[in-house]
Amino acid sequence: MMRRTSWFSVTAIALGLAFLYLPIAILVIYSFNASQLVTVWGGWSLRWYVELLSDRAMLEAAFTSLVIAMLSATIATVLGTLAAIALTRFGRFRGRLLFSGMTYAPLVMPEVITGLSLLLLFVAVDWDRGFWTVTVAHTTLTMCFVTVVVQSRLVTFDMSLEEAAMDLGCPPLRTFLTVTLPLIAPAVAAGWMLAFTLSLDDLVIASFTTGPGATTLPIRIYSQVRLGVKPEINAICTILITVVALGVIAASLLTKRQRMQREGMVALGAVR
Amino acid sequence: MSNTKRDFAPWADPAARPLVRFDQVSKRFGATTAVDRLSLDIYEREFFALLGPSGCGKTTLLRMLAGFETPSEGRILLNGDDIASVPPYRRPVNMMFQAYALFPHLTVEGNVAFGLRQDGIARREIDARVNEMLALVRLEGFEERMPDQLSGGQRQRVALARALVKRPKVLLLDEPLAALDRKLREGTRFELMHLQERLGLTFVIVTHDREEAMVLAHRVAVMDHGRIAQVATPAEIYEQPRSRFIAEFIGDVNLLEGALAAVEPERVTIESVVGRLIAADAGEAEVGAKVWLAVRPEKVRLSRERPQAADNCIGGQVSDIGYLGDVSIYHVRLRTGVMMKATAANLTRMVERRIGWNDQVFLSWPREAGMVLSQ
Amino acid sequence: MTTAKPTPSRRGAQRLVILIPYLWLLAFFLVPFLIVLKISLSQTAIAQPPYTPVLDPAAGWAALKDFFAELSFANYLSLAADTLYLSSYLKSVQVAAFSTMILLVIGYSLAYGMARAPRRLQPLLVTLVVLPFWTSFLIRVYAWINILQRDGLLNQALLALRLIDEPPVWLATDTAIYIGIVYSYLPFMVLPIYAALEKLDESLLEAAADLGCPPWKTFWLVTLPLSLPGVFAGALLCFIPIVGEFVIPDLLGGSETLMIGQTLWTEFFSNRDWPIASAVAVVLLIMLVVPIVLYQQFEARQIERGR
Repeated sequence: MMRRTSWFSVTAIALGLAFLYLPIAILVIYSFNASQLVTVWGGWSLRWYVELLSDRAMLEAAFTSLVIAMLSATIATVLGTLAAIALTRFGRFRGRLLFSGMTYAPLVMPEVITGLSLLLLFVAVDWDRGFWTVTVAHTTLTMCFVTVVVQSRLVTFDMSLEEAAMDLGCPPLRTFLTVTLPLIAPAVAAGWMLAFTLSLDDLVIASFTTGPGATTLPIRIYSQVRLGVKPEINAICTILITVVALGVIAASLLTKRQRMQREGMVALGAVR
Repeated sequence: MSNTKRDFAPWADPAARPLVRFDQVSKRFGATTAVDRLSLDIYEREFFALLGPSGCGKTTLLRMLAGFETPSEGRILLNGDDIASVPPYRRPVNMMFQAYALFPHLTVEGNVAFGLRQDGIARREIDARVNEMLALVRLEGFEERMPDQLSGGQRQRVALARALVKRPKVLLLDEPLAALDRKLREGTRFELMHLQERLGLTFVIVTHDREEAMVLAHRVAVMDHGRIAQVATPAEIYEQPRSRFIAEFIGDVNLLEGALAAVEPERVTIESVVGRLIAADAGEAEVGAKVWLAVRPEKVRLSRERPQAADNCIGGQVSDIGYLGDVSIYHVRLRTGVMMKATAANLTRMVERRIGWNDQVFLSWPREAGMVLSQ
Repeated sequence: MTTAKPTPSRRGAQRLVILIPYLWLLAFFLVPFLIVLKISLSQTAIAQPPYTPVLDPAAGWAALKDFFAELSFANYLSLAADTLYLSSYLKSVQVAAFSTMILLVIGYSLAYGMARAPRRLQPLLVTLVVLPFWTSFLIRVYAWINILQRDGLLNQALLALRLIDEPPVWLATDTAIYIGIVYSYLPFMVLPIYAALEKLDESLLEAAADLGCPPWKTFWLVTLPLSLPGVFAGALLCFIPIVGEFVIPDLLGGSETLMIGQTLWTEFFSNRDWPIASAVAVVLLIMLVVPIVLYQQFEARQIERGR
């Protein structure tokens, strides 16, 4: 009886989704606009995509972003998973309060503060800004998200599975690798994807911590956008959206089991 | 004003009008039919049980009475009025939920007073009634506790108090004792019975536990696949079941298959694979029809020597003994390979037991002990 | 990983598991904050690095004493004295509070609709709500520029529907900032509330109805109170970062009063005044420390309760 979809629910969902997708849809459509102006529809054209291909700076920025994202996501996943294990399994240890605090604070911390503080660190230790500083910065930012996602999975993990493994003769490390890790893999993967996206998308922290030769895609897009709407931007945005959408759809098809989907998505929701 | 179970029988009175009437009620969920053209009358002050295996439709029936499901066909009448269009929050019916459904964000007092607050009753009267109800379920002093601070039995009593405090015309109980351990269950059963008698309300309980239905209810409706198989008092259902399904569901039973050979007053003959059997009443069966003779294990007498004058007597060998402390269940393999069960109270202590494994024994029972079933 | 007493080698392994992320966070999260604090007490200088004094660990004890002597609260005094900063902080809090409220209304409605949808549709709905989040934040804000320009699509639509005669200015206004913020942060409000609503035991709603509550009362007395943890999480998840938001006001907003994120950025990149920027950051952090700690305590308690 409670499941009856009322007019309110349907309207709320319809309006909400329309609101979320309309700007994106407009962006995608206008990336095929032959005319340069938003006011004029010049017909369908791939002109901007072609121009994009010859924009070396943009392509380099895209490549840089991808590499940084993959690198930082991977390191962040390892660190974040370790932190999640420490927080859920090791009970009270010295410095746990500080550790826990440092884990949750970056979730809500305004990025200007984090970016500024990291840059000041790099300057103080005389570390030249560039590819590696951005990678380290992104790792620090995103590892906390991985921790939260993996932690919420670990908390609901059935301990009797590990106990069964050890009862049958498996030492702790091997138990973790052969029993626990495979079962929390969807959460770890969701964490990696989250870290990857956050890194790929980050503007503020990258701006603070980057240096010559390490322009990331958001920085490049941002500098173009400040000068006004440019149709090539529409094109690169559409490409990005398509790649991400395909990735998310592929991921949800691969993890068909409802529980994994729910966990990945809803754990995201309990996180920033 | 107590109505002892013996004297209370409004269903037998042709002038009595039922409190609740289900009139050809059906409920379909997509392609599945949960309740199939069911008609039933429940009378005031009755403790009525809906008994049946999982999936028989008893819970659906209860939920239709509460208002959480609407019938696909048929009418439900409360005091003569069709309540199909009345939403659950306006019916004078309250439910005690299987998992109790206590509001986790309210105290015990908040939970029990919840229903009264919706009716706009004066604060002082609410307090008085809540206190009265908490005393009735023996939870005085628990007003400020939160549900997660209570044990399972305590939570159950809060759920009961919450449903009763509004003095509903009908109280519905959905498997109320399922979550309790055995000892608690037995104690709570009697409490429920006395509560119902004392308050004079009509209770409808849904259960899959036949013991519960037998102890608590004035009448039991055995349900199967959305239909009612039989409605009768516990004794009638146990002693005069209308079918094998009911006989087997309501208790342990031996079923001996055969053909009805002859019907004489006070003497019915059945030719079966274990020999000639005598019963007292053939029911509706006709001569020549296939029948089953149902005999309850406790009515079967077990002896080492052949009894001299017995209507029915068969020999066999004890293949298994289930020792339960107060009784023992003997599994006896008859000459033809058919198995029969006989229970006997352990009147003497085990060391003095006279019948043991692999003994040759005789099973006997009088003609009145057998029930002839044609379906 | 059980609660059994760990052997020495196990304890060593455990310590390693804790230490690796711990040290990383100390080095790259905590220490930087201390540095920000220190720089906020320094003065700007035409030098590399552009502040003074500079801590030189090798320079000996006397140099250390000089170092501490040169630190001062001058920057903080300038902050307090200049109304520019004060109004910037105020505006940031105001924008954050107001947009959080709008987000609560829209987000709760959307989450409620999702929670009431048929079970088999729910994963799809969640995917649909989360998908925009996976696309670039920057892109989505940029998309609104397309729409909100003077000759952009919103005005085109309004003109076509004859609702207005003259295309109003949307960009570079506070309204645009609000639209951008609500648009970007909506998933962060919807998902925690949805998670809380989805966990709600349906029999509680039936019990409320059984006891006499019409649907709106059931919502008010049972659904809403039990969804408050989700509301709380969503509100904090939005409010705190919005205070320090930079990209949205920069791209969509005007140049009258800047939000504090923009102020910090300007001080740092345009004015090259690192000490003032650091002071701005420290004050912002102090302002947000209470909500941040609240959020941390809340999340820790949720984890302990096993969510």
